[in-house]
Amino acid sequence: MEGQSVEELLAKAERDEAEKLQRITVHKELELEFDLGNLLASDRNPPTGLRHAGPTQEAELRALARDNTQLLINQLWQLPTDRVEEALVARLPEPTTRLPREKPVPRPRPLTRWQQFARLKGIRPKKKTNLVWDEGSGQWRRRWGYQRARDDTKEWLIEVPGNADPMEDQFAKRIQAKKERVAKNELNRLRNLARAHKRQLPSAAGLHPTGHQSKEELGRAVQVAKVSTASVGRFQERLPKEKAPRVSGKKRKFQPLFGDFAAEKKSQLEMLRIMNSKKPQLDVTRATNKQMREEDQEEAAKRRKMSQKGKRKGGRQGPGGKRKGGPPSQGGTRKGGPPSQGGTRKGGPPSQGGKRKGGLGGKMNSGRPGLSGKRKGGQHQGGKRRK
Amino acid sequence: MEFCIKRSLFFNIRKNITRPFEDQTSLEFFSKKSDCSLFMFGSHNKKRPNNLVIGRMYDYHVLDMIEVGIEKFVSLKDIKNSKCPEGTKPMLIFAGDDFDVTEDYRRLKNLLIDFFRGPTVSNVRLAGLEYVLHFTALNGKIYFRSYKLLLKKSGCRTPRIELEEMGPSMDLVLRRTHLASDDLYKLSMKMPKALKPKKKKNVSHDTFGTTYGRIHMQKQDLSKLQTRKMKGLKKRPAERKAEDQEKKSKRIKKD
Repeated sequence: MEGQSVEELLAKAERDEAEKLQRITVHKELELEFDLGNLLASDRNPPTGLRHAGPTQEAELRALARDNTQLLINQLWQLPTDRVEEALVARLPEPTTRLPREKPVPRPRPLTRWQQFARLKGIRPKKKTNLVWDEGSGQWRRRWGYQRARDDTKEWLIEVPGNADPMEDQFAKRIQAKKERVAKNELNRLRNLARAHKRQLPSAAGLHPTGHQSKEELGRAVQVAKVSTASVGRFQERLPKEKAPRVSGKKRKFQPLFGDFAAEKKSQLEMLRIMNSKKPQLDVTRATNKQMREEDQEEAAKRRKMSQKGKRKGGRQGPGGKRKGGPPSQGGTRKGGPPSQGGTRKGGPPSQGGKRKGGLGGKMNSGRPGLSGKRKGGQHQGGKRRK
Repeated sequence: MEFCIKRSLFFNIRKNITRPFEDQTSLEFFSKKSDCSLFMFGSHNKKRPNNLVIGRMYDYHVLDMIEVGIEKFVSLKDIKNSKCPEGTKPMLIFAGDDFDVTEDYRRLKNLLIDFFRGPTVSNVRLAGLEYVLHFTALNGKIYFRSYKLLLKKSGCRTPRIELEEMGPSMDLVLRRTHLASDDLYKLSMKMPKALKPKKKKNVSHDTFGTTYGRIHMQKQDLSKLQTRKMKGLKKRPAERKAEDQEKKSKRIKKD
């Protein structure tokens, strides 16, 4: 008997629950699509009940709205909630509807001077540990920043170097040097920023044909279109009465055809003198530098391409790291000037490593023939370049 | 609907914008000057009575413009009841399968979401959800109704909803459209890398729905691992003696 009443109670409780749930459940043929980040619900069910317009249409619309809103509210009430100052607040997810932007995506900033240089040389950032062991304090300290490991301004004892003025304040000297470094860094940062803001490429948004463009806009679009060919607009035909476009760029100034006879005679004789002289008018230093720079660029570009391919195919090891040394120090030109040592190399044995193009007339092989030519397998030859 | 409209921007039509569909330069000029990208333009003439043009801009150039005609209009003032405060974020509901069938309707839905959704928020006060905008596409017309939300007690945590018609209601008929070309639309949808959803690393999914995770461990000295103590498997003294004797005999044999 008690068992029966317990059963009855349970059944009654179930019925009550179902009744309560009924108040908030809505039956729909197709489930709604929700975008809770935007508080949005889309109902794909065709509104069949409202096909016939009539006096009851408002009420039917309202019933449909009520059902849809109930479903949306059910979803919203299931979100995780916080209690913020006595109010129950639901945490909304990210909106999923893709809406067009108001303004175009910001353009990538131009590279800073260091980034350009690193790109050219092929320098990649070395992975460094966050903490460094500091002997003095006997603990792990930051590499840079507050309470860093090697802060030379915080030393309590500085030996006066032999050639310095004994009355000079070494501590103040270090602090001053640091201030100068900070100021220089700030200056460079501001310069990079200024460079970034000066260059702004024109956006392509105004050049799409809409059918309602003014004369100036059309003219601008025509100009841009003309110059967008492989020959940069050199062979584009013009309409019969069209005027030649104004060349905007650096204005070249030429000397007048005949005027200063004395100056002309002088310049001609100077040219003849140079042509007759035996000594090369070549600045070897500059030539070598230029050569080295070109090669560095090629190498870095190649390495970048390899590493990109490697990343795409899933991290293969690229063909070696940096090479030790570089092109030989024998006079830079390809035309084969007299082989002079020096150039930019400060000491250091000549003819290091392998030049890809095979070197100048075989004089290179006095060094290490093993390293010349192609790199062998993925040898990671680190180390700095010797200048 | 009043939330974001800057008061200074109700321009005098007679002097300035006449026909948005013919000449868009004045629209673009105003958008540039006021730094607004959404606009609504109303007009009335014999050919197009009760005309409303809703549009949006990308980079101060017209992206989409849709012209609708208003057939039945009931304003806020006509319905006499209390309204919800200005600036509430509304809930948007689109009903009807028409909104996914035609390109025009799809863009219109996108445009209406963009227009009415309000500022993006990460949290919302559940008791503060008061405003619902309901769009029904039926028989070539779009019924726009706004309701105020009343939360009633139901037995459980989620309340039961009752709606009260509050705000403006309109019956709209689609007239002309000026939709952006595909490539311009694509350009406007471009998201910068920083906003793209970040991929979770070290998590992979099976075709069966199992999620696999990957943990990276440092090298462990397995001999020094502390495992569970299985007392039952512990060697008893008698057994240990027997083992020792065995080992000794083996060693003697080897030697």
